[in-house]
Amino acid sequence: MAGLSFDLIAMQLFTGLALGAIYVLFAIGLSLIFGMLTVVNFAHGAFYMVGAYVGLFLVSLGGNFWLCLVAVPLIIGTCGLVVERFLIRPLYGRGIDYPLLLTFGLSYVMIELVRIAFGKSGYPFDTPELLQGAVNIGVGYFPLYRLFIIGVAAAVLLGLWLFLERTSFGLIIRAGARDPQIVRVLGVDVSRVWLFVFGIGCGIAGLAGLLAAPLQGVIPEMGSTILAEAFVVTVVGGMGSIGGAVIAGLLVGVVVSMTSLVAPEMAKVSIFALMAIVLLIRPQGFFGRAGLMS
Amino acid sequence: MNEISQALPQAQASRVGWFDFVTRHRAILASVLVLVFPLMMPFTALAVNILIYGLYALGFNLLFGYLGLLSFGHAALFGSGAYFCGIAIVHFGLPWYLAIPIGVLGAAVMAAIIGGLAIRTRGIYFAMVTLALSQCVFYLFYQAVDWTGGENGLRGINVREINLFGWRFDFIDPLTRYYFVAAFVILALFVLSRILASPFGAVIEAVRENEARARASGYNVTLTRLITFILSGAFCGLAGALMALHLSIVPIEILHIETSGMAVMMSLLGGMGSFFGPFVGAAVFLTLENLVSLWTVHWQLFVGAIFVACVLFFPAGIWGTLLKWVKS
Repeated sequence: MAGLSFDLIAMQLFTGLALGAIYVLFAIGLSLIFGMLTVVNFAHGAFYMVGAYVGLFLVSLGGNFWLCLVAVPLIIGTCGLVVERFLIRPLYGRGIDYPLLLTFGLSYVMIELVRIAFGKSGYPFDTPELLQGAVNIGVGYFPLYRLFIIGVAAAVLLGLWLFLERTSFGLIIRAGARDPQIVRVLGVDVSRVWLFVFGIGCGIAGLAGLLAAPLQGVIPEMGSTILAEAFVVTVVGGMGSIGGAVIAGLLVGVVVSMTSLVAPEMAKVSIFALMAIVLLIRPQGFFGRAGLMS
Repeated sequence: MNEISQALPQAQASRVGWFDFVTRHRAILASVLVLVFPLMMPFTALAVNILIYGLYALGFNLLFGYLGLLSFGHAALFGSGAYFCGIAIVHFGLPWYLAIPIGVLGAAVMAAIIGGLAIRTRGIYFAMVTLALSQCVFYLFYQAVDWTGGENGLRGINVREINLFGWRFDFIDPLTRYYFVAAFVILALFVLSRILASPFGAVIEAVRENEARARASGYNVTLTRLITFILSGAFCGLAGALMALHLSIVPIEILHIETSGMAVMMSLLGGMGSFFGPFVGAAVFLTLENLVSLWTVHWQLFVGAIFVACVLFFPAGIWGTLLKWVKS
């Protein structure tokens, strides 16, 4: 512990925030979908993985990374719309476990389709040229790309916040989350709202996958690991709470990077320990409403 | 058996005679099926796998089908059973008849820890928490290389011969191995049938049907859930211990999320909440895996698609749908 300078800790803190930004993007989609549709999307990791592969494919076609930043969320979001409309919609009102089971089976299909199309082994994903290198952030040189991830996540969050709080469609979404029945009585087609929410959530997951690709490469199984970690984020933050997902996502990222500084072999276990502690003290999570899920 | 038939709810008596007979003697009939099963299979190795995974799905189904809690972390219980049994043999040189109970006990303790944490949350959280905790167990076993062999798996579980009070059985012979495993599975079938037919079994189903009403009737819902989770863990641990003996190695993949998913898929394919369902599910799943892998490596695509279709159109599973059809 003696060798840890303040600068090193501060750097690691930023690394943790960049990692946390990926968790945040992944978890807000999960949380948004759950908050509105009460569906736990087990295929969220698969959408994340497909996002990275679509990015890889577009870049190999000659498209650049900046184009992918727009195209990937749109493509993955559209996939999400199709999945909601044709697979999940028939299951509403059949018990909370069924959409979960369905998306779980769907993730198998998606992973295997990607394996058929791109093979079982992974690919490296180049950091776009403009974002290579490092910048001085006061405490040392920090990779520019990680800073960029934090920036994109902040921009997406801001956009989502403006969309939910300042537009009339956002108002309908918030109302639909609170009481779908009343919204339906007021003449709003709630199923259309749910359709779009599912699409938005999946689109953000695809974006998160694309952003994570240069950090860790692209493999068909990349979604399963982050899914388990994102569940920790949602449990810690409180299911269905977007603010909770943001804070818990950043916290989990920082905990992972801080633990890897002190005890690298315990880095993966630490976040589950964090979850266990939160479960013991506050089972509904930081911002969760008690009894919401019963 | 007499106790079991007496403890069964009266409502079942009104059903068709032979159907009632099947339900009443489900453990005996399942045992007979288990005994003749290898004769119907093309190779015995597959039959042993079906038996072990069937037991694993059976343990999972106690929790999911009867109590109504969806766990995505049963790989941790199955895996602990295998690892604790294996460690007892490899590192402590214990004989199999001590190693198997150690595996079962280890899995039950693991279930008490995971279950104790997970049942603090409710409803949909449960699946997420169990999945996350099983991932944690994976990393713990993965890191403990000295005990578990880490990535290479735990090797050297060599049981060549079963010595039972002077009778010697050759454990290498596939058919002997099958009946060795079958003996434990049959024991588990009777124990499970007894649990389900007991007043406690009725409480389990009461909690699934209506938690508030069960609580109002004076039953301790939390305790019922914890005990059922531990029992489920013990069944899965037995399956894991048998797996360790059968494979003579414990691969680290046994703790993967995919192994948890297998229990979910088998239970749902076969029919959750039915006694034979998990075995039917395990048989269908593994046979499908074997058949489809003959012509493509992408068998998961088919299994996944069939599972999705099952969720959409046959939520009662193969066995459950068959039962409904027979009843009407």
